[in-house]
Amino acid sequence: MPDEGFRAAYEAGAQQTVDGIKTVWVSRERLLEQVRFYKTAPSENYRLLLDISAVDESRRRKKPHAMCRDVTLVYHLLRVEDGAELRVKMPLQDADLAAPSLCGLWQNANWYEREVFDMFGVRFDGHPDLRRILMPESFAGHPLRKDHYSRATELGPFTMSDEMLAAELAAMQNLPAAGGLVDGKDDDADTMVLNLGPNHPSLHGVLRLVVKLRGEEILDVLPEIGFHHRGAEKIAERQSWHAFIPYTDRIDYVAGVMNNLPYVLAVEKLAGVEVPARAKVIRVMLAEFFRIISHLVFFGTMVQDVGQLSPVFYVFTDRERALEVIEAICGFRMHPAWFRIGGVAADLPAGWDELVRGFLAYLPKRLDEYEKMVMRNRIFKARTVGVGEYGAQEAVEWGITGPGLRATGVNFDMRKAKPYSGYEEFAFDVPLADRGDCYNRVKLRVDEIRESLKIIAQCVKTMPGGAVKAMHPAAMPMPRDKVLQDIDTLIPHFLNASWGPVVPAGEAAVTIEAAKGLNTYFLVSDGATGAYRARIRTPSFAHLQMLPLISRGAFLADLIAIVGSVDFVMADVDR
Amino acid sequence: MSVTLGIFGAVALLLGIVILASLLTWVERRLLGFWQDRLGPNRVGWQGTLQIVADLVKIFFKEDWTPAFADKTLFVAAPVIVMATVLLAFAVVPLTAGSGIAPDLNVGLLFFLAMTSLSVYGVVLAGWASNSKFALLGGMRAAAQMMSYEVFMGLAVMGVVMLAGSFDLREIVRAQSKLWFCVPQFLGFVLFLIAGIAEAHRLPFDLPEGENELGAGFHTEYSSMKFGMFFVGEYAGIVLISAMVVVLYFGGWMGPLLPPAIWFALKVTAFIAFFILLRAALPRPRYDQLMSYGWKLMLPLSILNLGVTGAAILAG
Repeated sequence: MPDEGFRAAYEAGAQQTVDGIKTVWVSRERLLEQVRFYKTAPSENYRLLLDISAVDESRRRKKPHAMCRDVTLVYHLLRVEDGAELRVKMPLQDADLAAPSLCGLWQNANWYEREVFDMFGVRFDGHPDLRRILMPESFAGHPLRKDHYSRATELGPFTMSDEMLAAELAAMQNLPAAGGLVDGKDDDADTMVLNLGPNHPSLHGVLRLVVKLRGEEILDVLPEIGFHHRGAEKIAERQSWHAFIPYTDRIDYVAGVMNNLPYVLAVEKLAGVEVPARAKVIRVMLAEFFRIISHLVFFGTMVQDVGQLSPVFYVFTDRERALEVIEAICGFRMHPAWFRIGGVAADLPAGWDELVRGFLAYLPKRLDEYEKMVMRNRIFKARTVGVGEYGAQEAVEWGITGPGLRATGVNFDMRKAKPYSGYEEFAFDVPLADRGDCYNRVKLRVDEIRESLKIIAQCVKTMPGGAVKAMHPAAMPMPRDKVLQDIDTLIPHFLNASWGPVVPAGEAAVTIEAAKGLNTYFLVSDGATGAYRARIRTPSFAHLQMLPLISRGAFLADLIAIVGSVDFVMADVDR
Repeated sequence: MSVTLGIFGAVALLLGIVILASLLTWVERRLLGFWQDRLGPNRVGWQGTLQIVADLVKIFFKEDWTPAFADKTLFVAAPVIVMATVLLAFAVVPLTAGSGIAPDLNVGLLFFLAMTSLSVYGVVLAGWASNSKFALLGGMRAAAQMMSYEVFMGLAVMGVVMLAGSFDLREIVRAQSKLWFCVPQFLGFVLFLIAGIAEAHRLPFDLPEGENELGAGFHTEYSSMKFGMFFVGEYAGIVLISAMVVVLYFGGWMGPLLPPAIWFALKVTAFIAFFILLRAALPRPRYDQLMSYGWKLMLPLSILNLGVTGAAILAG
C-alpha cells in the first residue's frame, strides 16, 4: 500500500494552524509524488489547485515547523466535493532556490509559478514559460523578498531616460516572440498578429492581449498582465492589521466590502476573536449587496461588449439604488472599508430596514425586464450560446470557481460547502447550468442576483440585536463609552490607536465565495502589529489564465464576448 | 439663368441635408438618452440644440492628423468619396411632386443603387489607406457586408419597379396614389429596410466599425474634420435610406390635409427615429452570422418576393 507511506510522511510533516486546514510539510524530493497522490488518490481527491504562493522566512522569528528554511512554497489545494482544503508546504534554501514545476499536474500552475518566480526568484524546473508576470522584464530584484524595499521613497528620484523608454517599448514589441506566439518560421501571409490593449475599449481595464489571427479566426492569444499591479501583498507587510482593510476594498474594486470579509475573518481566526451575531448578519447583508453590484456591472458591460448599448445604463441606475442603501449604512459607496476586526465599524442607521426593503421591491422587476430584453434576445443568444465553452473537468483543472464553475454543472459554492460568517443560517439556492458557455455564465449571474436578494430579505427579517463589535483587545476600535471608564479598555485602545492591535503568531487562510469566485486571504503573523506575509488569491487571476484556451478557434468578436463573460477586474488580477 | 438657379438650388438643398444630418447627431443622442434613462446633451442652447455647433467647433480645432504610415492620397480621398456619394444620391430623391434636384431622371432608382455601391469604395479605401490592422479588418468587413447586402437591396426594390413600371422615382411615388407599396410589397419593404440599415452600417449592422472589438473599425486612424466627414456621411446615409424607404414604399410626399413637404418630412423622421431605436435595443451579430443571414435567408426571400410579384402581375 503506497498510501501508508504517504500517510507516514504526512504525520511527520504535519503542522497545526489556527484555521484548521490540514497543513503538511514536504521535502523537495517528495513534492511531486506526494502532491500527485493528493490529487489523484480517491481517498484524497484534492483536484483543484487553488493557489501557489511563497513565504520569505528569513526574518521570521517564530518558525512554524522544524523543516522551515529560507523560503517556503505554499500549495493550496481544494476538494470540490466538500470544500475541504489542504496546504502543502515545501522548504527551500536561498542557495538553491529551485523547485519542480507542477505544470504537468495542473494546467493553472503555470501563472502561479511565474508569479512566485517573479516575486521571490524561485526557479521552477520543467516550467514551459518561466518569465516574469506582474513586474516588467527589466525589473531588478524580487519584490516580496524581505530584503527588497517596499516604498519608492527608499530609492532615489526616478527618471525615465530615452534609452529606458526605448528598451521598454522594444520589450513590449518583442512580447509575441518571447511568449512563443510567433517563432519567425510560420509567419506566413495568412496569419496576422493583432495587438489589443492595454488601452482598448472592451478589455475591462489595463489588459493586453496579443492575438494571432487567420482572417478573423483566432489561432492563439497571449495575455500580458501586471499593468494594474500595486503591490497589495507587499503593502500588507508594512501596514498594521487594521490599516490594511481599506486596501482590500480596492482588490476587486467593484465588490467593495466583499474583499474585507476574508481578510477580517482570517485576522479574527489568528487573534481568536468571536464576532457578535448582529455583526455577522450585517456583514452577510453587505457582502450580498456587493455581490449584486458586481453582477450588475458585469451584466451591463458584458451585454455592451456584444453590442447592446442600453442595458449598461439601466444596470448602472440599479447599481446607484444599491449604492444609496450602502451609502446610508456605510457612509461610502464603492470602497466603504466597513468591516472591522471583530465586527463592523458602526451600527446600522435608523430606518435602514425601510431602505433595504425598498431596494428588494425594486430590483426583481428590473431583472424581469433584462431577462426579456437580453437573455431571450435571439441575437444575444447567437452571440453567446456555445461560445467560449469549457467542461466541468477543464474548469476544475484550471482552478475556475464561482459562477464560471457552476455553469459547467459542478455544484460548488463555498457558502454551502464550508459556510463562513453564518451563511448556514440562510436559505438560498445555488443556481446551476449544464453547459459552461458565455450564455450560461451570464445567466447564472442574473439568477444569483435573485438568490442574493433572498438572502438580504432574510437578513432584514432576522437581524439580531446586540453589539456590532466584539469586546476583544484586538478589535478595532474599542467602544468609546467604555474607554473613558475603565483602564482595561483604555490600555488596548491606546495601544491599538498608536501602533495597532498585536495578533498572536500563527497562520490562517480564509476562503470565501466572492462575487467572481473563490477569494482567499492567507495571513502569516509573527506576533507583531502587521502581517508578516499576506497572500491574496483572487478568482480573476485564475479565470483570466484560461482565456487563451477557450478563445482558440473562435472569432475576434467572440473574444470580446468571452473576455466579458469571464468576469474579471484587472485590479483583482494584478493586485 | 435657370442653370444658375438650378445650381443654387442644388447647393442649398445639399447644404440643408448636411446641416440636417449634423443635427441628427443631437437628435440621436437625445433620443438614446431618453430611451436609456438619462438626459443626453442638454446644455448648449435650448435643450442642447446648439450642441452641433459646439461639436463642430471642437472637431475643427482637433489636430488634422494623417498617419505617417498611411497612403496619403487615398487616406484623404476616402471620406470625400463617402460624403460625395451619399449627397449625390440625394439628387434623385423627389421631396415633393415639384421639388428635388434631379427627380425626373428616368433611371433615378438605378442612380441611387449605383451611388450606394460607390460609397463602399470610401469605406474600403479608408480601411486600406490607414495601413492599420484594426482599420483593415473594419474595411474587410465593410466590403463583404455592403456588397452582399447590396444584392438583396437591388433585388428587393425590383418588386416596386415591376409594380410601378418605371425606374423614375417620381413615377414610383405617383403609382402609389391608391395604395402605398408597403402593402403589396411588404416583404420587399422589410428586405429593403434591413439592407438599408446594413448599407448605412448602423447597429445591428455596424460591424465595419465594431466598436467593441475594432476600436472604430475603418475610421480608427481618422481625426478632425476627415473623421467628421465619415460621421456626417453616416448620418446623411440614415436620412437617405429613410427617404428612400418613404419614396419607395410609403407614398413619398402623399398624404391628406398637410402640405406634401410636411408629409415627406414626417415620414422620414419616423424612420430616422426607428433607426435610432434599433441602436438602443439590439445587440450586434457576429460577422459570419451576418453573412449567412444575408445569403441564406435574405437572398432566397428577395428572389421569392420577385417571383411572387411577377406572377401576380402576370395573373392580374
